[in-house]
Amino acid sequence: MTDKFFEIIERPIEIDSIIKKVEDRNAGAINTFIGTVREMTKEKKTLYLKYDAYIPMAEKKLAQIGSEIQEKFPEAKVAITHRVGELKISDIAVVIAVSTPHRADSFEGSRYAIERIKEIVPIWKKEHWEDGEEWIGDQLETNAYPDGKPDKEELEK
Amino acid sequence: MIRILLFAELEETVGKREVELTVDEISVGEIRKKLTDDYPNVKGIQSAMAAINEEYAEDNVLVHRGDLVAFIPPVSGG
Repeated sequence: MTDKFFEIIERPIEIDSIIKKVEDRNAGAINTFIGTVREMTKEKKTLYLKYDAYIPMAEKKLAQIGSEIQEKFPEAKVAITHRVGELKISDIAVVIAVSTPHRADSFEGSRYAIERIKEIVPIWKKEHWEDGEEWIGDQLETNAYPDGKPDKEELEK
Repeated sequence: MIRILLFAELEETVGKREVELTVDEISVGEIRKKLTDDYPNVKGIQSAMAAINEEYAEDNVLVHRGDLVAFIPPVSGG
């Protein structure tokens, strides 16, 4: 692991090292979110996943999410690492750590980060099912942006 | 020269991650149209977001020689 707070990597994520990055003597809470590879989506069985990313932009957008959290909670520290490449069931795809002086803010920051990743960070997941494969457009398996892009408010909020 | 990056299903249907345009100035929308003309089987180009030099950009924004453009299909990280 490196010292980068916002990182896309190809190797397994070491959870402890992400938590370490946000440690702070004034923190009363560190909230971690760990996103893992699920086997069943509705009736479909995943064999493995492949993640790809536009790495430099993805790291920038992760950093933007960190700044957005700090706008709301100035004392927050945020670290996010997302893995790319081939992942098997139960592998860790993303780890988010948010430390804040009080616990409620760390829960909120962490939740915000994962939802925002699904909106603005250029990372894609390709499902390899038992009966085929498919790039996933969003988590609902439909196209996320009927007008072609996130609306302005979504990009700038 | 303008470099254009394609990702996920766009990369897969075009068969490469990067294409180049030898123009000095062109809008994002014009690049989108050109890619649609050059690769008519690439449906996802219409619903992709565009980025110039790693920042999201609307179709009316002008791209200049040396800029790096990317077409970003709906994302699915996390």
